[in-house]
Amino acid sequence: MAGSPLETTSSKGKLLAFFAQVPLLGWLFGALTAVLAEQFLGSQLVDLLGLPKIPVLFGCMIVLKKPLLVPGTLAYVLCIYLLPLAIVARMAAPWWNKIAGYLYRLSPSVAVIVHLVLMYAILHIWSGISAYRLLTVKLTMIAVMVTLSLNVINGYMGEFSCSHPGFLALGAYTASVFTLLFFANDKIFGTALLPASLGPFLFPLALILGGLVAALGALAIAVPSFRTRGDYLAIISLAFMFIVKSMIENLEIVGGPRGLSSQPNYVNLPTVFIWTVLCVWIINNFVRSTVGKALNAVRDDEMAADAMTVNTRRTKVVAFLFAAFWAGIAGGLFAHVLRYVNPSTFGIQKLAEVLAMVYFGGLNSVYGSVVGAVSLSMLSEALRPLELFKWIIIPLLLILVMIFRPTGLIAFTEFDVKGLIRPKGKE
Amino acid sequence: MGFFLQNLINALQWGSFYALIALGYSMVYGVLMLFNFAHGDIFMVGAYIGFGIASGLLALTALGGIVLPSWLILVLTIIISMFLTSFVGMIVERVGYRPLRDAPRASAAITGLMIGIILETGNLALLGARRVRFPTLIQSTTYDIGGVFVTNKKIMIVVVSIALMFALHQFVRKSKWGMAMRAMAFDYVVVPLLGVPINTIARLTFAIGSALAAAAGILFGVAYPVLDPYMGIVFGWKAFVAAILGGRGSILGATLAGFLLGFIEIFVAMIFPSTLRDFIAYSIILLILTFRPHGFFGEPYSARLRL
Repeated sequence: MAGSPLETTSSKGKLLAFFAQVPLLGWLFGALTAVLAEQFLGSQLVDLLGLPKIPVLFGCMIVLKKPLLVPGTLAYVLCIYLLPLAIVARMAAPWWNKIAGYLYRLSPSVAVIVHLVLMYAILHIWSGISAYRLLTVKLTMIAVMVTLSLNVINGYMGEFSCSHPGFLALGAYTASVFTLLFFANDKIFGTALLPASLGPFLFPLALILGGLVAALGALAIAVPSFRTRGDYLAIISLAFMFIVKSMIENLEIVGGPRGLSSQPNYVNLPTVFIWTVLCVWIINNFVRSTVGKALNAVRDDEMAADAMTVNTRRTKVVAFLFAAFWAGIAGGLFAHVLRYVNPSTFGIQKLAEVLAMVYFGGLNSVYGSVVGAVSLSMLSEALRPLELFKWIIIPLLLILVMIFRPTGLIAFTEFDVKGLIRPKGKE
Repeated sequence: MGFFLQNLINALQWGSFYALIALGYSMVYGVLMLFNFAHGDIFMVGAYIGFGIASGLLALTALGGIVLPSWLILVLTIIISMFLTSFVGMIVERVGYRPLRDAPRASAAITGLMIGIILETGNLALLGARRVRFPTLIQSTTYDIGGVFVTNKKIMIVVVSIALMFALHQFVRKSKWGMAMRAMAFDYVVVPLLGVPINTIARLTFAIGSALAAAAGILFGVAYPVLDPYMGIVFGWKAFVAAILGGRGSILGATLAGFLLGFIEIFVAMIFPSTLRDFIAYSIILLILTFRPHGFFGEPYSARLRL
């Protein structure tokens, strides 16, 4: 890769080649150093630079609100994030490569777990600075789950499904009703039926139940999808979304248009992290399995796939139910993170948001979904001070991405975990 | 019976908004095989442009220059804003759709969604969150026809929309441009080789669709005078549903499905509590599409799939 003459001659290529030797482990340790530096030196540095407080999202918000603080913020980001990252990751790259190689030879699964633990530690420390950061991290991880599950249908199966807000709503409401009914005292459902201390242990059950209900709802779209696809399926799924929304609005037992609130506070950072990792892992395995290949075959040519012994009906049903299941789980988590849901959350706006994440990140790619979800949610949070103009800048950006890369930033790339954690550079 | 007829007229009026907007979707689909998801917001832009022109003309009259009768102001408003909104449509086509003509269709759908958001936000940024009131151009008079009460506004709306739809039908059937459009809808690949300027046709299609949406916007403003920047969303999606329900690319189908949607909504609201309107309307659509997966006048997808 780095050996091509064009890359090595340009300065950008040189920089890329310089950093290309750092394995993921090195980057993670660099990031860990950075967040630790922020934890221990952040407030002193903030005083020194004259900033009001520790910048929440790499200084974007401070810069947009008070342009005078740009130099201070830049210095902060440089000192806290970039320098430790560059020094720890790049300078120690040979050692990281050795450690990564050792772990990799020991057992790839051990290496994966080490990476995940490091990743969690980084997120934990980083989000420990402020409640706002914590909320952003949680919502971003939920966005990753939603985007991934939509990518299974829209990217891997090639249908334009608009039903995801409906699945989210089903999951969110089922899980909320479950926890409110059993573990919380609340206005609608009365006193808790089970002791509240059991709640956190049975919470996964609530989520899975939400996922299953969403999957059940997905049958309403999967069955019509046997006979039709493309725009008609888009309408069917859109109709499904509106039906779910309207149904919830009319069900007084779950609060109607006022929504459900005061869900128990079960979703802490580890819970979301574990569910997200599970989601990424299982969906990644799913799309690389035989069923995943069958999905691609159905997308490319349904008749040919049928002729090549792919059971197209079964494939479609499995894909819809699977994607809806994960969307339902994400919905359950979403409801318990915000601790309030109402039907209008799951409308057209949510749909536009999720579709944008999928198509921004890239179709047919787990990697792309993660990138799309993380970058768009972060961007949307970072540009929040611009208020109205945020909704001009983000759409413009998406239009540009669509024009120059019509399938998204990182489309049609396999998410290769072993390749990701492998030591880099010369063996 | 009188009750039924009364609601029938309401449904005709409500359906004509849907039908007019759905026509724009259907035409763009027929010619370019794309759905223009910004169309609902073009309807909103049309309504606002109409609001601006009507207010301007009224101010002109009030200043005492030329005294225009209010029906003339309405006619002028409709014509000028149809003309101006068609430019909005052409710009949308140039910016969001022409670069993506050969890209996957879903990408174009995303650009459409995003252009819609930009139009909404742009409106909000320009005019603020305050809702505007469409000026009253015709005084409402109610006629009593055998126990059925009809306002002149309703009659005007239905008549104008049907006239516009008829004009469009004649245009597509009789004129040279209409023939080129039909030819492009028939075969996207060969027609350019025969010397049909596809870019011009695409632009024209967007222009006509937007002009119809603008007309719908002004008629909406006449009937329900309060405009807000997000009014296009609901209408856009419902008209999209109508366009598909009628069969993609079928002008007659879009018209009929638009009216059908209006009827369903009004009659559901008449019989059931009005909160159930969306629920029942979409369930009926889901049922129709399950049993007739290609809409009323659509063809099976395998005949012309271009992903």
